[in-house]
Amino acid sequence: MGIAAYGARHAQAFLGSLGRLARSPFATVLTVFVIGLALALPLGLKLLVTNVTAATGGFGSAVNVSVYFKQGVPLDRVRLLARNARARAGVAAVTVISAADALADFQKHSGFGAALQALADNPLPNALSVQPTAEGRSPEAIGALERYFQAWPEVDIVQVDSAWVERLAAILAVLERVLAVTAALLAAGVLAMIGNTVRLEIQNRRAEIEVVKLVGGSDAFVRRPFLYTGVLYGLAGALLAWGVALGAVAVVAGPVATLSRLYGSGFTLTGPTPHDLLWLLGGGIVLGWLGAWISAARHLHRIEPRA
Amino acid sequence: MILFDHVTKRYPNGREALSSLSFRIGTGEMVFITGRSGAGKSTVLKLIALIERPTRGTVLVGGKNLGALPARQVAAHRRSIGVVFQDHRLLADRPVFDNVALPLMVSGSPLKETDKRVRAALDQVGLLGKERMLPIELSVGEQQRVGIARAVVSKPSVLICDEPTGNLDPDLAVEVMRLLKRFQDVGVTVVVATHDVHVVHEFGQRTLVLEEGRLKSGAEEEPLPSIVASR
Repeated sequence: MGIAAYGARHAQAFLGSLGRLARSPFATVLTVFVIGLALALPLGLKLLVTNVTAATGGFGSAVNVSVYFKQGVPLDRVRLLARNARARAGVAAVTVISAADALADFQKHSGFGAALQALADNPLPNALSVQPTAEGRSPEAIGALERYFQAWPEVDIVQVDSAWVERLAAILAVLERVLAVTAALLAAGVLAMIGNTVRLEIQNRRAEIEVVKLVGGSDAFVRRPFLYTGVLYGLAGALLAWGVALGAVAVVAGPVATLSRLYGSGFTLTGPTPHDLLWLLGGGIVLGWLGAWISAARHLHRIEPRA
Repeated sequence: MILFDHVTKRYPNGREALSSLSFRIGTGEMVFITGRSGAGKSTVLKLIALIERPTRGTVLVGGKNLGALPARQVAAHRRSIGVVFQDHRLLADRPVFDNVALPLMVSGSPLKETDKRVRAALDQVGLLGKERMLPIELSVGEQQRVGIARAVVSKPSVLICDEPTGNLDPDLAVEVMRLLKRFQDVGVTVVVATHDVHVVHEFGQRTLVLEEGRLKSGAEEEPLPSIVASR
């Protein structure tokens, strides 16, 4: 068979499958709807993980050591100690936060501005905000840094702000695992759904399959339209999932932006990327093809012509 | 040539449809197979079309031992023969053209060639101009002729027909048989299973009479019209 004839046969099988799906729109839409939702769920979880990660600005850079000095330690002394701290290995940046700056910031964001103004003295101490280097973010390095600051007689409290980051990292790790398991389960569900749809299609077209086999249709020829049916279901389901994700992001983006603004962050919700779309389409096509192939291989060989 | 050499066919339910059946059908010969219901007529056709395989014995078609043919070659064998059924087995939702084109489509014939050969086959059976009609829009006789066009469109060397006149009135039956005879005239081996005695007598071809899976009469040794004499 020439390439042109081969291509023409494939085009014929593809258009035939498309036509059959179009002739039963209700059943087709229902099936595509279920496949689309099944594919949209893992995509939604993936977007959730991506956005939570982006919103927290990455775990590593969020590790921070706060050093609070005793009341009465002068700011010049604090600045001197900060210079010493900067020279230490494993320290990326040290920011001096004077008691006056801390109070101004607190008045601005806490909502207790008027009450704080009534205080005779500033109750807040001078402080340092220390950011470790990438190498200095291990629990051991952070522990050593904590002990280093605690050894200074001028220091009152050393607070390592890593517990919440660790918790968040753990939550995101759980979410990622849930995403993987959900994706695998839903992929299996899509596979089963397409396989079952193709099985019903094979049953409905039993007489036709018998005739095609009788006139010498090979297994590949008989199987071809069913494989295209599966691919079309997968493709349409993937496109629907993409649309659902875009729609969901559009609906949620506004409130998220407002919330983010209230917390003084410029974070905006990220929707599915073109890369996600490619993965979705590829996954839909592969699942559709595989589901149809398994079903066709299982059921077609049972149909033989009768005289 | 078709050769049955001591062929026995036993179905899974234990029924023996053919018992050590032997006969030979020459290339380009037209042969009737008759007998009562259950005599084994359809089983003979099933074995030729490789819908069934013999339990014992040898079935040779065009030099191929069908009993030993690998499964992957079954489709190719079926493409080399044409089959006509009493109930036509047409695809109800496809127009006449698509029904007739089916054997060419499965063999990967180019579209232009398919178009040409389908029109030629429809012309041969007198249905040119009805290629866009659905089978249900045709009369029973016309549907049978579509079935015949489909069976011959890929120019098979063997044409097997299972009760091709079973649903037709006598005039239509004769018309269909004349059509089949025309294919024999151009060298196609035609095997017709029928219990239509009228048709058998009308055409006077060699007749294999089966009874309970055995050949009652019609073996080549018997004084039947020769291939040449029958033309």
